[in-house]
Amino acid sequence: MSDIVIKAENLGKKYIIGHQTERVSYLALRDVWMQNARTLWSKTKDLATGKPIIQGDTTEEVWALKDVSFEIHRGEAVGIIGRNGAGKSTLLKVLSRITEPSAGRVTIDERVASLLEVGTGFHPELTGRENIYLNGTILGMTRKEIKRKFDEIVAFAEVEKYLDTPVKRYSSGMYVRLAFAVAAHLEPEILVVDEVLAVGDAAFQKKCLGKMGDVAKEGRTVLFVSHNMAAVQQLCQSGMVLNEGKVNFQGDIGSTINHYIQDVKTVQMVNLAERRDRKGSQWLKFTGVGFFNAGGNEQQQVISGQDVFIRFYYTSERFVRDATVNIAFNVRSSQGYLLTNLNSLDVNRSTMYLHPKGFFQCSWPRFNLRSGSYDCALFCAVNGDIVDWLQSAFTIHVEDGDFFNTGRIINREQGDVLVSYDWTSHHIEV
Amino acid sequence: MSEIIIEAGRAEKNYWGDLWRYRELFIILAWRDLSVRYKQTIIGILWAILRPFLTMIVFTIIFSKIAKLPSDGNAPYALMVFAAMLPWSLFANALSESSNSLIDNTNLISKVYFPRMIMPAATVITALVDFLISLVVLIGMMLYYKFAPGLQILLLPLFIAIALLASLGPGLWITALNVKYRDFRYIIPFVVQFGLYVSPVGFSSKVVPEQWRLLYSLNPMVGVIDGFRWCILGSESPLYLPGFLLSLTIIIFFLWLGVSRFRRMENTFADII
Repeated sequence: MSDIVIKAENLGKKYIIGHQTERVSYLALRDVWMQNARTLWSKTKDLATGKPIIQGDTTEEVWALKDVSFEIHRGEAVGIIGRNGAGKSTLLKVLSRITEPSAGRVTIDERVASLLEVGTGFHPELTGRENIYLNGTILGMTRKEIKRKFDEIVAFAEVEKYLDTPVKRYSSGMYVRLAFAVAAHLEPEILVVDEVLAVGDAAFQKKCLGKMGDVAKEGRTVLFVSHNMAAVQQLCQSGMVLNEGKVNFQGDIGSTINHYIQDVKTVQMVNLAERRDRKGSQWLKFTGVGFFNAGGNEQQQVISGQDVFIRFYYTSERFVRDATVNIAFNVRSSQGYLLTNLNSLDVNRSTMYLHPKGFFQCSWPRFNLRSGSYDCALFCAVNGDIVDWLQSAFTIHVEDGDFFNTGRIINREQGDVLVSYDWTSHHIEV
Repeated sequence: MSEIIIEAGRAEKNYWGDLWRYRELFIILAWRDLSVRYKQTIIGILWAILRPFLTMIVFTIIFSKIAKLPSDGNAPYALMVFAAMLPWSLFANALSESSNSLIDNTNLISKVYFPRMIMPAATVITALVDFLISLVVLIGMMLYYKFAPGLQILLLPLFIAIALLASLGPGLWITALNVKYRDFRYIIPFVVQFGLYVSPVGFSSKVVPEQWRLLYSLNPMVGVIDGFRWCILGSESPLYLPGFLLSLTIIIFFLWLGVSRFRRMENTFADII
């Protein structure tokens, strides 16, 4: 049972990006023409023949994956872990043939089904029944297969009563359950799964993990990407750590997770200057994020119950007095739930000076999240103009602490959030 | 056991085989588009009938009554217009649907692999169904005018296929370009509106002076529309063969162009969409 089903050799994926240009999610022909008036003819020719046109004065190659080689044996469940932007998703996209590698090759021996998202292609106007067929086919099942598993899928999703209701009338929980139920009944030889478990309520997540564990036990090959270390540990026997597009470590799952955690801890202040996946007009750019304690010392981790000061370093092309600044960050749990948003508008602290180089500081007294890693998006708008916006800008690593000043460490068994509270007992006159 | 090799710039040898393997996806996507279309519009089917029918009435009044253009032979003018309205609507709808197909399905493109050509091809089916529905109107009109078609009506499916191919060629090309340059979506309504007047929809292509007819046939829809009229009206509207062959050549050229451009850009869709 040890024959190789996936073999990657020196796999690389390169993106070419242009500089000195406004970053918009897609280009308008108008912009391209305006900026390239000199080379209009050759550009037009390239355009008509479908050659890529890169916008910008200078271009740069960015390798999302570089020299990635590995072998995966039949029946193995492999966890792929790594920080945001490490190349995990790109790797999965290459393996599932959504995008083409720029270098190297992969040989895959069997039918692959990839699950980069649940509910891909769900149409809100169609009924649950119709969406099961639609989504199943999109994921690569045949009509016969879907028919055979139909009742099982419906039972798994617990939506029997609403089969003929358009899914737009479903609650979000039902929607997710149905979407996952279809996905969970895929039976390919190789299953490639991205962070899809970050959905649904905890009970349903557990059920899904169980179902996927079954898939792995049936001798199918599973590749699994997740930030949820517990899920990875539960599902996989072996793993690999990706870092900046390279395979950093390969081994059994326990040592892989240890390696990853070590790796995370050695990371100094979060560096944002090199990030490319940002939106906004960019005249103000975040360069880094640092965590400080009340004594002004920089820390790698935040401890529940202590006062935390988060600094957002930036560089600005403009010096502005009394700007209206909305700086905000989102905090998401490892399951992907949005826990809170901390912004300068809500607390009436939006009038600020902008310096060529400086930092915004957010103070968070008595830090009230339990241990874990929290993913944060960072956003800044000045006078209504979005200047910088980064998804997954940084992660807050939290250790349990003495939140209630009782001398005991409060652990994270019960949820993510801590609140200040007290209990008393009273008696009612009869 | 089917081995897949993924490599940079590797031309998919079994691409066309893959298209066949993914036929169920093709069917279900076409079915999705159809069923959503008829669920969302209140008058659904009626709309497919009304649009070409009303345009036909306006054209008949303008071109026959006001401009006093002649019909083909003894065929009723309204029937002649509708015989052209059908392939034109088929072409226009298929072109519009297919050229927006990729950006309307961004999510699928970036999350699942399938031969991308399935997407524009499946949307063409919606246009085909609309066409089949309005074909009923044509039959009604032929009954009304007591106009019996000849045996050449049996060739109609062939011309339907040609009309679809005529729209698929440019459709593939534009949908691929649309992924990168969203401006191209504005081209289609223009082409459709413009084409309606430069193609012989409201008038017979026989009103074009003889020495210009071959040149006129550079518009691929001229050949398609003439073909339709010949099928439906028979000897009243004989087919101008050199022109038809020229149109057919242009259609094949655009199909080749569309397919080859699409194939070249296909691998990067997921990266830039």
